[in-house]
Amino acid sequence: MTFRELTGTLPAAKDPVMNDGYSMTMQRKGIWSGRRAARAARIAGSMMAASGMFGVGGCIQVAAPDKPIVIELNINIRQEVVYRLAADAAKTVEQNEAIF
Amino acid sequence: MKRTRFTNAGGIALAAATIAALAGMPAAQAQSARSPAYTAARAAGQVGEQRDGYLGVVGSQSGEIAAMVRDINNQRRQVYTKASAGKSTIQEYAFTTGCKLIRDTRAGEKYQGLDGSWKTRGAGAPELDPRCP
Repeated sequence: MTFRELTGTLPAAKDPVMNDGYSMTMQRKGIWSGRRAARAARIAGSMMAASGMFGVGGCIQVAAPDKPIVIELNINIRQEVVYRLAADAAKTVEQNEAIF
Repeated sequence: MKRTRFTNAGGIALAAATIAALAGMPAAQAQSARSPAYTAARAAGQVGEQRDGYLGVVGSQSGEIAAMVRDINNQRRQVYTKASAGKSTIQEYAFTTGCKLIRDTRAGEKYQGLDGSWKTRGAGAPELDPRCP
């Protein structure tokens, strides 16, 4: 039933009158029988399982923070690095005194 | 160039430079001192040292001053980029240098205080970032 909707191009309605008898005719002819039907059912099943997983696990809840967001501009300055660089920086200033 | 040599050769190059300096010889690649325009702008408080290691325009100044500051900052960035390679980020190197530059300001010169505003260096110690060495 489901695989017809997902994989075939047949109308979904079951009433022959609504479908001009097309759907029932095809079914009677046995187009969706045997291995092809089984494969279609398998695909449809896996697709449904996948969509089910997305439906449950793929939803991410994002809560807005209640505090204002403060961006610390100098967060990238590491104290130990600054201490290590001090002598080097002093030397650099001496060597480029025109621009310091 | 020179910095790299110092880093690689370590104490030998440094010792050589020290000897050269003691002998009163100019170091091989030392650049000339500040331009008169830069010196005057500093003394007049038209430009100031920022906490990030770059020069800033104090208030509204002429286009020449602004252009000079931009030019100096471009050169500083180049120096910071080269000097920080393999040691730290450019930002960290610039910040460390900024600490020294603010500390080295002379009375009357401007620097950026902890609140971000321009301060005039007095006789005492300047306001320094707590992370400064």
